[in-house]
Amino acid sequence: MANETRKSHAKGAAASTNGGAPKKRTTSSKEKIILDASSDSFPESIEVAVKFETYPVDRYGHEELGLSGETVEWMYRNMLLQRRFEERAAQMYGKQKIGGFLHLYVGQEAVSVGAAAAINVGEDSVITAYRDHGLGLALGMSADECMAELFGKVGGCSKGKGGSMHFFSKKRRLFGGHGIVGAHVPIGVGIAFAHKYKEDGGICLTFFGDGAVGQGAIHEASNLASLYELPVILIIENNQYAMGTSIERAFAETQFTHQAVGYDMPAALVDGMDPFSVCKAIQDHGKMAREGKPSLLEIRTYRYRGHSMSDPQKYRTKEELESKKNDDPILRMKAYMLERDMIDDAKFEAIDAEVKQEVLDAVAFADGSPEPALEDIYDDIYEESDYPYLF
Amino acid sequence: MAVLQFREAIRAAMTEEMERDERIFLMGEEVAEYNGAYKVSEGMLAKFGPKRVIDTPISENGFAGLGVGAAMNGLRPIIEFMTFNFSFVAIDQIVNNAAKIRYMSGGQYKIPIVFRGPNGAAGQLAATHNTSTESIYATLPGIKVISPSNPDDAKGLLKSAIRDENPVIFLESESMYAMKGEVSDEEDYLIPIGKARIAREGDDVTIVAHGKSYWIALRVADRLAAESFNAEVIDPRTIRPLDIDTIVESIKKTNRCVIIDESTPFASISSEITYQIQERAFDWLDAPIVRITAKDTPTPYARNLMEHYMPGEDDAYEACRRVMYAD
Repeated sequence: MANETRKSHAKGAAASTNGGAPKKRTTSSKEKIILDASSDSFPESIEVAVKFETYPVDRYGHEELGLSGETVEWMYRNMLLQRRFEERAAQMYGKQKIGGFLHLYVGQEAVSVGAAAAINVGEDSVITAYRDHGLGLALGMSADECMAELFGKVGGCSKGKGGSMHFFSKKRRLFGGHGIVGAHVPIGVGIAFAHKYKEDGGICLTFFGDGAVGQGAIHEASNLASLYELPVILIIENNQYAMGTSIERAFAETQFTHQAVGYDMPAALVDGMDPFSVCKAIQDHGKMAREGKPSLLEIRTYRYRGHSMSDPQKYRTKEELESKKNDDPILRMKAYMLERDMIDDAKFEAIDAEVKQEVLDAVAFADGSPEPALEDIYDDIYEESDYPYLF
Repeated sequence: MAVLQFREAIRAAMTEEMERDERIFLMGEEVAEYNGAYKVSEGMLAKFGPKRVIDTPISENGFAGLGVGAAMNGLRPIIEFMTFNFSFVAIDQIVNNAAKIRYMSGGQYKIPIVFRGPNGAAGQLAATHNTSTESIYATLPGIKVISPSNPDDAKGLLKSAIRDENPVIFLESESMYAMKGEVSDEEDYLIPIGKARIAREGDDVTIVAHGKSYWIALRVADRLAAESFNAEVIDPRTIRPLDIDTIVESIKKTNRCVIIDESTPFASISSEITYQIQERAFDWLDAPIVRITAKDTPTPYARNLMEHYMPGEDDAYEACRRVMYAD
């Protein structure tokens, strides 16, 4: 009697040109167990041995990631831009320039910047949930179009039709900005399906929060991604709270990497407070995705602000929040650059001033951009402009 | 004109369109190796191969969403639901994603996708497997809903649906798949979406009926003809957008209307058509509009209850006589 040992990383990952066709599992141990259910070879036990790679902070330098000094400066600058943008957005929300929900990305900037530095922006695809401002800015969307969208103005990336939760940029291949938790993850898998079908070499980074792990859509999408060998990285941006519910209160298994075992997918744990760690993880798993091997990343991060603007944050202590702020990705990046003499204090100050001005300009742009015309309410619903709406 | 079964007409539409456009693929449960749960896609795997005719696990939410993503990224998916009863576990993908992403993205992303499969009652399958979904999906701006009643319309409308740049819900019927009918041989046979068909002309009463109910309407019209009443039968064919103009024009002639609809009555297609008629043709009506629908209950299993549940030909016939004050 043999013990069945399955290793999550062990399966061959040859690229398939077979479109969406299911892969042939000629050596599937699952199949064997079923077929031999009443025979002598029925296993006495099943042992699952899986190794998850990890990507801790402060392990990777920019040279080994192939990032230029310029890119490093861009990463710092963009993280700062995201933070100042979000802080200003919070202020504008207080002034009622922004309505609805506003979910800020403060604290999580390293995730978006590390990801953007690891892919071919404009060729690879990205989709995320409603906390989407940071990724939009990291992909190169302008602060102007982002702020104007929050203001509900025609100059916004979605012409004021989407708002905070629904940033889209076809040019940057940001496929949203999605408001229903987990519902966009099958879409991300479908975007990857189309990359493979068209054989254009693209991959899709599919971000979702820890809260989404509880959704059935993730289960279905993960299985389809692995079954069809799609060029996708499923990325859990684990900021440790689904609104006010900590992962310990929501999940029987809080090591989300373990999820991947059920889908026969590799997984890795990434410290999301260092953009280089994120970048390295996405470079490695992006390469696998391009070879037809989807994977799951759990990126641990932390949001400094509440879930949304109305959140009193009674579910966590001030001490916890402060200790996380000591692990700040922007400060880490600044220290990294100073240590290596990549930049001096004067340059930092110049960047700070530039970023501050860029965000102030974005507010002015958003303020000055017109509201959508009332008749625009009927635009962009159907392809044809003469659809017979009911009045 | 070739005589085709309803399922063959659908297959012909998909096959012709897939030959035309490589971006089109068919995905769903049992569509490939099993040749379709209702044999609609029979032979298509052999013809197009596994890249374009793709079996899925039982994961409607997953593969409906996959289809939306593929459509956003330049493909033109045909997603088959084995029946539309199972679309409810994927309804979020249709309601929130297929219908709204074009709008929310300010028109940046379009979603040319067809969700198709059988809809409505199909015999003694009890409550979960007999749902008529047209009024549910027709509430959604951003979606089109088509419900053909015969093989010819099925082919022409499905080809149009596949070419449409919007998400389309295409509603078929298990109990009509074997129905035979003449289908146009025209090289590129497209029926415009949003145009009703006047199936039979008459000036005494207008009967509006789509999908399977259309056949009840024809039988009722025959019975009335035997009594020298001329019923005009209108098959809307497309539910959203609804060709209300054709219906209103007919009522201006007949001044009476009976609607047959196998959905449950509350907030249904028949409610909507009735509202739109009173809005546009109130002064032309000589009798209240009457609708014959399924009972306002879950669908029962027992044969007698099931028959009682469905809109009946006798009820429709009597309704027509009533609005004509023939009794």
